[in-house]
Amino acid sequence: MVNSSGRDALSGTFHNEAPKSPWGSGSDKGEGSGGGPRNPWSVPPEGRRSRPAGSPSALDELWRRARSGGGGLPGVPTGARLWLLILAGLIAVWVLYTSIHPIGPREKGVVTFLGRYSGTLDPGIQFTLPAPFQLVDVVDVGNIRTENFPNSGENLMLTGDQNIVDLAYSVRWDIRSASDYVFQIAEPRDTVRATAESAMRAVIANTMLNEAIGEGRSKIEAEAQVAMQKILDEYGSGIRIQGVAIQKAAAPSQVDDAFKAVTAAQQEAESNRNNANAYAQRVIAAAQGEAAEFDKIYEQYKLAPDVTKRRLYYETMEAVLANTNKTIVEAPGVNSYLPLPALRRGNAPADAQTQGGAK
Amino acid sequence: MTAWLRNPIALVVAVIVVLIVLMSTVAIVPETKQVVVLRLEKPYRTVNAYRTGEGFGRTNAGPVFRIPFVDRLVWVDKRVLDVDLPDEPVLSTDQLRLEIDAYARYRITDPLRMVVTVGTEERLRDQLQPLLRSSLRNELGKRRSSTLLSPERGQVMDNVQNSLQRLASQYGVQIVDVRIKQTELPSGSPLTSALNRMATARSQEAETIKAQGLKDAQIIRATAQAQAAQIYAAAFNKDPKFYDFYRAMQSYRTTFLRPDAKGESQIILSPNNAYLREFTGQR
Repeated sequence: MVNSSGRDALSGTFHNEAPKSPWGSGSDKGEGSGGGPRNPWSVPPEGRRSRPAGSPSALDELWRRARSGGGGLPGVPTGARLWLLILAGLIAVWVLYTSIHPIGPREKGVVTFLGRYSGTLDPGIQFTLPAPFQLVDVVDVGNIRTENFPNSGENLMLTGDQNIVDLAYSVRWDIRSASDYVFQIAEPRDTVRATAESAMRAVIANTMLNEAIGEGRSKIEAEAQVAMQKILDEYGSGIRIQGVAIQKAAAPSQVDDAFKAVTAAQQEAESNRNNANAYAQRVIAAAQGEAAEFDKIYEQYKLAPDVTKRRLYYETMEAVLANTNKTIVEAPGVNSYLPLPALRRGNAPADAQTQGGAK
Repeated sequence: MTAWLRNPIALVVAVIVVLIVLMSTVAIVPETKQVVVLRLEKPYRTVNAYRTGEGFGRTNAGPVFRIPFVDRLVWVDKRVLDVDLPDEPVLSTDQLRLEIDAYARYRITDPLRMVVTVGTEERLRDQLQPLLRSSLRNELGKRRSSTLLSPERGQVMDNVQNSLQRLASQYGVQIVDVRIKQTELPSGSPLTSALNRMATARSQEAETIKAQGLKDAQIIRATAQAQAAQIYAAAFNKDPKFYDFYRAMQSYRTTFLRPDAKGESQIILSPNNAYLREFTGQR
């Protein structure tokens, strides 16, 4: 847009007569059909000559005429006047170029008038005085920049309880005040990085290790953000910290095994407790079962104590004696020898002596 | 159109001369710079020197005029600058060697004094670095290492800043901030011993957790047994004698009725046995 308007203005300056050319194009914008692109700034040579293709271009012609100081047709500027026109054209382009500023939707333009700050441009097409009177420094304020820490390797920090934590985090920031950002600090990005490291370490130095690698993440992030913002505001940097995010907070790799051992110990302790609980359930359930069984029997027993008792006795004896090998009944007065050791060993023939008594 | 205007070369030369004159008499001072004007190499005046609390647009930034070949302009940055001190070994009172990575942010508030004393920003920075180093060492060397890692650290840094400010004032510099970027145990024995301490602390913790787990398990078991005993007692105490009988019966079954031990036990019964009372036909 700037271009074309500038070109139009200029070609208007030169465009005294309709240009003629051997290949017929009457436009002042070069068309590379046969003879290559024509310089739009040049005035097509007038009918004074009819050159075949390949002869000196219009620009050469212009030079020649500018040097010759005349000899052109009336109406065509020559000599000094032509120089002035060229100069005027260049200045017009320069003015157009430097006084129209398209500011993007997420940008601000910081305007200085002869070096002094004179205002901030909002998004849109904005106009200022041309350079060198007013200069515009376009700052991308909407873009959220991210700084990652560490750049590589481990980032060891000392915690409040004299331990070491390996921390990786990122900081997102943008620009709150374009003018402060441009004028107040020499190295914005370095400043953000240095501030972030300092603030984060200060926060970690007041944090216990277990908190840092466990529950305390969001608290650390919030504290670091507040601390950073405070420092940057002290510098008047015009920078706003959007957020701090901890990517990794872990024990250093050298002591990783020891930390894993703690986790393993926790698992082990937990499984021991679970086993004990299972045992407890079993024991209590058994007790309840037995107690219930006894209660039921006892109810029956109370209804008919003698009978129930005898019944239980006989049932038990039946079962027991039916299952045992031999029953030896000693009649009174008869002494039977029993090789008890052999019996116990179970390899002696079991001599069953049944001494029939009275029939 | 005068004659010289018609001569393009003369015109170009004239324009160039005008530009040169303009450029050597006028300079534009931006917001980010302050200027010390030296007239015949003597400080003459300052332009756009820093004043606290001035807003942009109300500063003295703008065009400044000078006499060519007489006045020399020295440009001085007006922004917040920084001087860095990477990996400075500091020995604390408890003989712990720490590596401190610190920086100071400063602003040149008296450009004239700065130019007279050191001359350029680079040389100023070269001057400030050893000052920062000595302030830092003096202050931190008086402290225990734990102080550097504690909430008191802020106070320590304020002290460093104050002592640095005292030293730096002679150069027309205002110290905005002094901070420790990193405090590190130097690699080697201090770091290793710290890591070892961490590892042993963790091992201890692991043992504690295990022991605690075992203890808990034991308590759970004992509690369950007590509870079971309570349940048993509550039931059996209704009639201890019957319980004795009933339990004996259960016991016989358990002892003699093992399914895998069929026919292994021998039982000798006397005819007087209660079970055989009827067997002998006695009435």
